[in-house]
Amino acid sequence: MNTLVRRLLGAVPVLLGISFLIFLLMHIAPGDPVSLLLGDDATPADIERTRHEWGLDQPLPVQYWDFLTRAVTGDFGKSLKFNEPVMRLVTERLPATLELAFASLCVAMLISLPLGVYSAIKHDSLLDHAGMSVALIGVSLPNFWLGIMLIYFLGGQLNLLPVAGRIEYGIDVQSITGLYLVDSLITGNFAAFWSALQHLLMPAFTLGSALAAIITRISRSSVLEVMRQDYVTTARAKGLSESRVIWRHILRNSMITIVTILGLQLGALLSGSVITETVFSYPGIGDLLIQSISARDYKLTQVLILMFAVTYFVVNLMVDLLYSWIDPRIKF
Amino acid sequence: MLVLIICGVAAPLLAPRDPQAQTLEDRLRPPRWSENGSPAYFLGTDKIGRDMLSRIIYGSRISLMVGAATVIFAGFVGCTLGGVAGYFGHTTDEIVSKISEIFLAFPFLLIAIAIMAFLGQGVGNLILALMLSRWVQYCRVVRGEVLSLRERDFVTAAKALGGQDWYVLLRHVIPNTLASVTVIATFGMAIVIITEASLSFLGLGVPVHIPTWGSMLSEGRSYINRAPWLTIFPGMAIFITVFGINLLGDGLRDIFDPKLRRQR
Repeated sequence: MNTLVRRLLGAVPVLLGISFLIFLLMHIAPGDPVSLLLGDDATPADIERTRHEWGLDQPLPVQYWDFLTRAVTGDFGKSLKFNEPVMRLVTERLPATLELAFASLCVAMLISLPLGVYSAIKHDSLLDHAGMSVALIGVSLPNFWLGIMLIYFLGGQLNLLPVAGRIEYGIDVQSITGLYLVDSLITGNFAAFWSALQHLLMPAFTLGSALAAIITRISRSSVLEVMRQDYVTTARAKGLSESRVIWRHILRNSMITIVTILGLQLGALLSGSVITETVFSYPGIGDLLIQSISARDYKLTQVLILMFAVTYFVVNLMVDLLYSWIDPRIKF
Repeated sequence: MLVLIICGVAAPLLAPRDPQAQTLEDRLRPPRWSENGSPAYFLGTDKIGRDMLSRIIYGSRISLMVGAATVIFAGFVGCTLGGVAGYFGHTTDEIVSKISEIFLAFPFLLIAIAIMAFLGQGVGNLILALMLSRWVQYCRVVRGEVLSLRERDFVTAAKALGGQDWYVLLRHVIPNTLASVTVIATFGMAIVIITEASLSFLGLGVPVHIPTWGSMLSEGRSYINRAPWLTIFPGMAIFITVFGINLLGDGLRDIFDPKLRRQR
């Protein structure tokens, strides 16, 4: 409990720093955001009114305090592009991004862990070299290009999978959690489940591929490192079966490195969702961020960036706390 | 990597045409070996008849320039702050560590997107955005290494001989971190090239009139079924470049870290 409290208290200055940096960005941006947003047709009165509505006519410390208060209460007002409350826009689209991120994580783990562990166990074999070559290719592939190529081959040429959106037009899902796969299963709407799954496959593979490549390399080297430890030799000398040695001694001890990298890479997954969602016109918060930037809706952009950063920070904090569960020797 | 440097430096000599020259009657011409391909356009043309090969060659200039500038600036800032924090410790270390934590709290692509969203397109802004998103990687590694190096005998000896702190840091400590920095810089270059292409793809990179691999992909996306070469070749250029740099990084890491070599 103490660890949790100490870590949470330590997070406060960092979160303040994050919020200040994001707040600062809007103010160092060249030009007046209001004039840019309203365009050339706006009258000085319109500009003045919007500046007042946004609180931009207040001194900077007052504006920052207002920004912080709004961040804590979650009341960011209305988006100027969509004319809807910012938080409603975010909560409507957040489940789509979470579903995509989770699916990508599953894809990455399903590919990388067996490949990495098997490569390490069969060290220096043909399969090991093949696995590592695939991983190197995966790390070097720009995921937006991979996405476009999947759209071209699987969507355009072979017509196997839908190329855009989250679900087929005309199919409705009763919203419970906002996660289409979960909601359609709960309500027994299998047509919706199948459609949502088909729509999710290409974006999830696109987003998960780079992560899969990284985790394959890390899990291989981590397993190799552990395999050389004395306690593994002792376990074998005790006469334990090879599968028990691998599962109980090698994999468990390799997990600490793998979880660390997974935690660090979750951020890449979140920011990667911005590009993947754009490629597949997938209606998540990444796609919303690019729309807000294009429309110069600075307020919405600011909130979305803050949300991405805070989510990333919280995930990393959770990964830190997870360490002590995986490896009780670690104390904070 | 070498091909990238040659293409970037000698683009005007290597490119068969002006990358901006439009020949509307030759628009969406497929690559030379395809049906309807023209010998004049080896990799075909885009939607307004610009030569794809020339644009890809010129695109390497931006990748090379942005990649190299970012690695140099981010490396300089990161190594300086990391070195100072690790060597002097105490308050300096705490301040640098807190700043690093704030930057580490953002995924680097998001920092770059955020900065470009507010500052707008431009090569200078792009380098600044990428530098601000990458310096912390160098800082973290150099700080860690310096923390260990400052306790070593050769540092104690240098101090005992009357070396001032800054002299010892710059002359003896920082040079010993260069092996790690070289490896990070190599992998960092690959990451920067992909990030630059991603930002240009999103319309947040360099201005649209400058040919870049990312913006070419973005433009070609709308023609994916009609003219797939518009997306295939710029993507291949990014992939081959990054693959080559990653191979180089792997090689350098093996040379500088024998422990890792044993694991391979």
